[in-house]
Amino acid sequence: MRTLSDSTRQQAQALMEMYPTKEAAMLPVLHLAQKEFGLIDDEAEQVVAEVMGISPVSVRETSRFYFMYHHHPVGKYHLQVCQNISCTIMGAETILDHIKRRLGIEAEERTEDGLFSVERVECIACCDRGPAMLVNDKLHTGLTPDKIDGIIKESDPERKLDHMQSEGNKE
Amino acid sequence: MPELKLVSKNFEYDDQPDIKSAMSRGAYQQWKRVLSEKIPPEDIIEEVKTAKLRGQGGAGFPAGVKWGFVPKDSPKPKYLCVNADEGEPGTFKDRALLEKDPHQLLEGIAITCYAVGIHTAFIYMRGEFYEPQRIVQDAIDQAKKEGLLGENISGSGFNLEVIIHMGAGAYICGEETALLNSLEGGKGWPRLKPPFPALVGAFNCPTVINNVETISGVPHILRMGGEEFAKIGTEKDGGTKLFGVSGHAAKPGLYELPMGTSLKELIYDHAGGVRDGKGLKAVIPGGSSTPILKPDELDIPLEFEAMMDAGTMLGSGAAVVLDETVSIPQVFMVMSRFYAHESCGQCTPCREGCTWVYKTAKKIAEGNGQPSDLDLILDIAPMFNGTTVCPLGAALAAPAVAMVEKFRDEFLKLMKN
Repeated sequence: MRTLSDSTRQQAQALMEMYPTKEAAMLPVLHLAQKEFGLIDDEAEQVVAEVMGISPVSVRETSRFYFMYHHHPVGKYHLQVCQNISCTIMGAETILDHIKRRLGIEAEERTEDGLFSVERVECIACCDRGPAMLVNDKLHTGLTPDKIDGIIKESDPERKLDHMQSEGNKE
Repeated sequence: MPELKLVSKNFEYDDQPDIKSAMSRGAYQQWKRVLSEKIPPEDIIEEVKTAKLRGQGGAGFPAGVKWGFVPKDSPKPKYLCVNADEGEPGTFKDRALLEKDPHQLLEGIAITCYAVGIHTAFIYMRGEFYEPQRIVQDAIDQAKKEGLLGENISGSGFNLEVIIHMGAGAYICGEETALLNSLEGGKGWPRLKPPFPALVGAFNCPTVINNVETISGVPHILRMGGEEFAKIGTEKDGGTKLFGVSGHAAKPGLYELPMGTSLKELIYDHAGGVRDGKGLKAVIPGGSSTPILKPDELDIPLEFEAMMDAGTMLGSGAAVVLDETVSIPQVFMVMSRFYAHESCGQCTPCREGCTWVYKTAKKIAEGNGQPSDLDLILDIAPMFNGTTVCPLGAALAAPAVAMVEKFRDEFLKLMKN
């Protein structure tokens, strides 16, 4: 079974002492565990339960409720594309199609090399600058197919984009 | 009415998150005055009541009245929860308040906590707010160093700890009691009310929950005085509001205007009308939970009651401009998908109702609908409007009915005969 590093355990301990109840540290401790493990799967839930001294089922109840805890591996670069109203009417679907074509995967999938994954997300509160997406913790706004290519190239300079025809470039 | 900047007054300065720069522009002056003049806490609550400051998250409950519900001599600790779970589609004002003027929020938090007798404040921030978290945490650290937060603030004996609590992706946690359950480490299921959080809130203790914008307005009330603040707005809604405009506006962005400014003025005079010379099809006036308006329905004052009288809501003040090229059935599908996705699952009418509407909307948007589908939506919407623990179901029901009724012809055009 995996374990959390000493420093993460110490941070978890400090969080449990900071809140009026130790259970209140659940969301931040799950965030810490996800940062270390890359996801919150069954085993990660067990580890968190053990570190926090609470039942595994309580951890599971919380971890499965929130969309930001990943139960399957995501890419090193996790593209979270807003699909809500303001972004949609500004062209979010075109952006998503372009990303899928460039990476050769569907939404909610990961590239074979594990570098990229794509997820459709709801409103991320930057509606005046849409279409928008988060790549890991970084916000990108005013997206265009060219900007997407730039973001992919910056993340993976070796990646060849030329052979993957994009609708955006055909026109 | 021209723009009147209070909470967005210092948005133009890039160095505002730096405490020294913020203080050179007046940050923490009211907080220092409260402490040095030993202003009685009940006077501050009265001032906020006089100011007619209303909850800016969408519900519009008078802030001072809410604070007044908290028992003065509670043997239990009391808490403040600042609602920074901004997730109402179309809304982006709290992100700006957190990123551009974090010290204004912290000053508001300090004054609010002093007025209500609170020593621990939580800022519940949505999990996706990575940059706002960094900026606000840095601001808290700076304020502590300056002796404006923390233990024995400025030798007053008053202690205040401010803690950022990050959510993890759930729109429902913007509902105040779901927020409390999420803060306590559970899933974000709303609680039945009563008891109200002012009596039984976080960790079973009396709790004040206010939106970021509401709390950011507090230092301005103390600076101007409640009466002057109230005069800016209308009879029942004091002060200004940060209105957001997105979609096909010529100049999308945030505009701080006196409460009661007309929606038409916001869209045309401030946001420049529709971009690229296109015609206007409709406006969603206050976040996606508010019923849609047609172009001839925009001459309404932006205040809570007047918007209700017009059959819609002020909501979070976030207007989405839809130009003539927009397909309303597609917007309807996107909107209902959101509520189906975000329904927490606790109440059957909402969980099933939102999903049913989404499936029907998707069918229609894909060209497979029938006229009877529209009647089905109108038929089932009342079943999850007001029949559940929280208003999430209602937040789809009312706009769904408005879209179907106002744009019936457009829906019918998509259908095979």
